[in-house]
Amino acid sequence: MASAPTTARSRPSTYPVWFFLPAAIIYSALFLAPTFASLYFSLTRWTLFNSVFIGFENFAQFFREPFLIQGLMNTVMYAVVTSSLKVVLGMGLALLLTSNIIARGYLRSVVFFPVLVSTVGVGITFTVLMHPTQGMINQGLALIGIKGPGWLTDPRLALYSVALVDVWKGVGLATVIYIAGLVAIPRDYYEAARIDGATAWQNFWHVTLPLSRPATATVITLSFIGGLRTFDLIWAMTKGGPGFASDTVASVIYKQYQAGFYGLSTAGNVVLFVLIGIIVVPLTMFLNRKQGHE
Amino acid sequence: MTLNLKSMALAGVGALAVLLASGAAQAQSTTLTLLIDNGPQTVPVFEAYVAAFEAANPDINIEIETRPGGGEGDNIVKTRLATGAMADIFTYNSGSLFQAINPQQNLLPLTNEAWQANVQDSFKSVVTSAGDVYGAPYASAMGGGILYNIPLYKELGLTPPKTWDEFMANNEKIKAAGKVAVIQTYADTWTSQLFVLADFYNVMAAVPDFAEKYTAGEAKYASTPAALQGFERLQQVHDAGYLNEDFGAANYNDGIRMVATGEGAHYPMLTFAVGAIEEISPGNTANVGFFAQPGNSADANGLTTWMPDAVYIPKTVSNEEAAKKFVAFVASPEACEVRNATVNPTGPYLVKGCELPAEVPPAVSDMLPYFADGGNNGPALEFLSPIKGPALEQITVEVGSGIRSAADGAALYDEDVRKQAQQLGLAGW
Repeated sequence: MASAPTTARSRPSTYPVWFFLPAAIIYSALFLAPTFASLYFSLTRWTLFNSVFIGFENFAQFFREPFLIQGLMNTVMYAVVTSSLKVVLGMGLALLLTSNIIARGYLRSVVFFPVLVSTVGVGITFTVLMHPTQGMINQGLALIGIKGPGWLTDPRLALYSVALVDVWKGVGLATVIYIAGLVAIPRDYYEAARIDGATAWQNFWHVTLPLSRPATATVITLSFIGGLRTFDLIWAMTKGGPGFASDTVASVIYKQYQAGFYGLSTAGNVVLFVLIGIIVVPLTMFLNRKQGHE
Repeated sequence: MTLNLKSMALAGVGALAVLLASGAAQAQSTTLTLLIDNGPQTVPVFEAYVAAFEAANPDINIEIETRPGGGEGDNIVKTRLATGAMADIFTYNSGSLFQAINPQQNLLPLTNEAWQANVQDSFKSVVTSAGDVYGAPYASAMGGGILYNIPLYKELGLTPPKTWDEFMANNEKIKAAGKVAVIQTYADTWTSQLFVLADFYNVMAAVPDFAEKYTAGEAKYASTPAALQGFERLQQVHDAGYLNEDFGAANYNDGIRMVATGEGAHYPMLTFAVGAIEEISPGNTANVGFFAQPGNSADANGLTTWMPDAVYIPKTVSNEEAAKKFVAFVASPEACEVRNATVNPTGPYLVKGCELPAEVPPAVSDMLPYFADGGNNGPALEFLSPIKGPALEQITVEVGSGIRSAADGAALYDEDVRKQAQQLGLAGW
């Protein structure tokens, strides 16, 4: 039996190699070629009309950007806040929605519904709701005597307000992944725990939580990558403002592209690509290794 | 199999021939495409221009396409020019943004057109690159300064200020009366730049060669006191508590509404906003007046002016003759009459023979003395220098919201300007 995998590997493939050609051509033309072209253009001063090779000047300039450091910190903060809230809330909602409560099917669709709505639409709606004086949120707070803050206009709050909206919109997906993970846990474990006299908390801590690790790994990876490259919601709600307070790497890159600094923004994209790689590859390896040890 | 293929090929050729024939039949009437921005002042005017032009030239048919304004519009124009997919005629800014679309490479020179004789030199200079003129004006000149609510001024017994100190004294009285003294609308970030940009007449009055030295990289905002002043004033009105409570979330339309209805007294803005009052706050156009941004002394009071956008023809035009005909119409006095009949005028025209209607809104008549004999006006910096830093609007939001100090903001802007100058490939940076 030990030799079986070796024979399988050395056996010629069932399909001739040229079967892969169409896919390979499409992939190289639409993905590989632009990727390598962008690596080149990131080394030039590019106006779309012509380009001048300037070496690593763009990268030096990108890292000199006064708001870049803040943008990087904001990006990481945003990814950490949204993915951890999605894990906690997604798990809680999934536990609630897999228990025997009334209108379970209806509540499940209510939780998932925001995922289906357009991000920009959600952003614009919440911008109206979060208006400092005429927004429904602050008017509601005023009714009970609290003067609400400028959710999107206070530079200390803006990023977190957007992150909360991101969680509201994205938690449904995390919940669905968790529901699938929880349902897949064999009932035997709970029965055994009940026979041993485990409390509800012990049930959760020692059975549910460890056995839903694959779901947790998926939720963290997806929402963390999503958080790192987030753009649409931030652009719809604050455009990186007030000033530069809620800028992320993606919005800094977009503004440079808008300003016509095409080479510089391409360099920014290369930086973002490397950054996501550096953070996500070890994260995925870590989460998956843990899973293998179980 | 071969036979089948042949007959299919023959059928294909036949269909192609029919298509070609019908194409030839249509070629007798020319169709041009026209790309304009979607501003409320632009769309109705161009619809009226096209209707009048098509009535006079039944063989030419013009299809209007719209695009967003601001940075997104810049993107569309640059991308379409670079990919050769530009419409036959398009509108775009004059001045520094015009320089950034590589006119010599992309646009058709219009230097030798007969109508150029009627266009004022001040406009020609902002659509000229390397000695060739590329555009025609389709709107009137504008002023940058402060719109004010006339009934509120009368009620409090105020007069339009000639110096910054008088302006601040007026603000104090307005605030004491429980009204909003200065309206700011930072949700539309571009509106935050006015106190800095409209101060430029005052900068030039103090440092006459600022524009030249700035382009050469020798004069900086942070180290030139007269230039830094615009940032300082932006900070002053915030620090003194003169702004509307929702300045961070209000937008351009809110600003117009507030100054038109008297919810607020002053709104720093370009006079093109006058044309929008009727739509946003009907019946209030007569309640809005205008004055130039006051400087340090009443004797040196003058207006910073903006040139309007222009129409251009790209080198990729499908029918050069027809496109030039339309541009010639846009630059004619007939077109000005069409314009007067469509929207409220926003300032003096730049084409000889164009007259303002007898009745103009007060904000426009307030502006005319600056253009008359003995009046002072000068162009904004973006018409004297090809460099305008793209992050100015975010920086002015920060300075105007108390997030960053004026000196810091000016230094940050100098950094932004350096980036733009390098992108343009200017010498000395």
